[in-house]
Amino acid sequence: MKPGWEAVIGVETHVELSTRSKMFCRCPVDVDAAPNTACCPVCLALPGALPVPNEQAIEDIVKIGLALDCAINERSLFYRKNYFYPDLPKNYQISQYTFPVCEHGSIEIEAEDGPVTVGITRVHMEEDTGKSTHVGDGGGRIHDADHTLLDFNRAGVPLVEIVTEPDLRTPEQARAYGSELQRIVLALGVSDAKLEAGSMRFDVNVSVRRTGDPEFGTRTETKNVNSLRSLQRVVAFEIDRQVELIEAGGSVTQETRHWNEETAQTAAMRSKEESEDYRYFQDPDLLPLEVSEPWRDAILASLPELPADRRARYVEAGADAAAAELLADSRGLSSRFEEAVAAGANARTVAIWLTGDVVAHLRRIDGDIDATVLSGDHLAELSAMVEAGELSSSAAKDVLTATIDGEGSPRDIAEAKDLMQVSDVGEIEVAVDAVLAANADAVAKIADGDMKPMGFLIGQVMRETGGKADPKVVQQLVRAKTQG
Amino acid sequence: MPVDIDIAKVAKLARIALTDDELDQYGHQLEDILEHAERVQALPTEGIEPTSHPMPMVNGFRRDEVGECLDPDSFLSQAPDTRDGQFRVPRILGE
Repeated sequence: MKPGWEAVIGVETHVELSTRSKMFCRCPVDVDAAPNTACCPVCLALPGALPVPNEQAIEDIVKIGLALDCAINERSLFYRKNYFYPDLPKNYQISQYTFPVCEHGSIEIEAEDGPVTVGITRVHMEEDTGKSTHVGDGGGRIHDADHTLLDFNRAGVPLVEIVTEPDLRTPEQARAYGSELQRIVLALGVSDAKLEAGSMRFDVNVSVRRTGDPEFGTRTETKNVNSLRSLQRVVAFEIDRQVELIEAGGSVTQETRHWNEETAQTAAMRSKEESEDYRYFQDPDLLPLEVSEPWRDAILASLPELPADRRARYVEAGADAAAAELLADSRGLSSRFEEAVAAGANARTVAIWLTGDVVAHLRRIDGDIDATVLSGDHLAELSAMVEAGELSSSAAKDVLTATIDGEGSPRDIAEAKDLMQVSDVGEIEVAVDAVLAANADAVAKIADGDMKPMGFLIGQVMRETGGKADPKVVQQLVRAKTQG
Repeated sequence: MPVDIDIAKVAKLARIALTDDELDQYGHQLEDILEHAERVQALPTEGIEPTSHPMPMVNGFRRDEVGECLDPDSFLSQAPDTRDGQFRVPRILGE
């Protein structure tokens, strides 16, 4: 960021829940269904149709609220947000206004410049719109379309909106927030949170001000940002654009913008909608929502371990912070890590193997860990062999990839490949004695206090044993026998 | 208690085209309704708990179960224009 300037960033995130049925009707939530085959009078807004809320969706939003440390309002209300747009069948969206289900939460994120606490203003329940396909010469771009096709399968899918306080200050923090929120939603199992598929998407508010200025600048809102990378780039672009504009004597216009991935720029939306007057009022078709204390407590008790807690637990077990994050982000890696550690493996070693060698090997063979035979028990066995000095750490890596490739258990592989280290002191001693006897000069030098030949002698013993002797044992023996 | 209302704006927000005579007519009618609401609002309500619904009911949930959907032809056939099983509308954004 340009010195002398500070950015103020807030993010609104929409998350589609993966319930079986829609928010207010029994149509399936099915993204793969043929267009308009998951529609009924309620989600198409045919006259006289009445909405009936999905209990699971309310349970899911309470989960999200609790995971974000929100207060859960015992009473909340559905409102109608009125606006006209072709993807909105009723000409209003059922949403919430005053009294959302969840309010006043916070989330801890770890950005490059340190930890940041991001306030969560509210988490409210609403319904998704239909899907528009813009058809024309512009290759699907809304500005160049000559007409639009509408599929209402998505209309009425439960949608949760999560709104932050303007607590973020840098593009990296915005990305770290988006990333942590996605992890939490995935851990809760309430959505597939696929950014590329639009089941999780960001609207990002950005303004700039001179450092130390207590007032916020005029903000812009960039809508429907659909990747973490884009989230970071949108913020960076808007900061630069706004600072340049103001320094050139201009001013920022409060407006809605959209992100163009190809040009890597935001541009103002030219909308026919002139007035942003949503005329919210309470939906008379719906009863107040009540999340009773016993219900809330039961949901709280059912929450799975959250990603931040899991990372902390892995670090506590011995993994370093970067490895803990990679492990916690992958169900396949974390389950194997946990099994291995439960079976007595060295957590630090297993974390390094999984996040380094295993991930690299999977990338080479273009494979998924769950499609391999690698188990936590394999890792525990391998770890035990290394700890016992039966296998060198470099040999362990070869055994590990062979295990992933399905060649057998680590011990079978190590034996078959003749990689087992000799740690038996008696056996190594024979080799040491032979080497010392054949190199009396070197032994004499060491006796005179010249330590230089020590490495040579150890190397000779390793050669004598075909490289299979445990170097630690060799070193100890050579030392003991030459220094008396 | 006279109430001022911008009936032209209300009509525009609701996407209803009204003639000048209609604007005048509906404007007066809405003003009458809002004046009545003003009178209701003037009632002493101190000590009365706010309600959003006349019946002491909440939630009215359904279980998360999938039911029947409509045959797309049954509603697409009612639309002014369709293509490939979808509704077709003119371009959305203006210049």
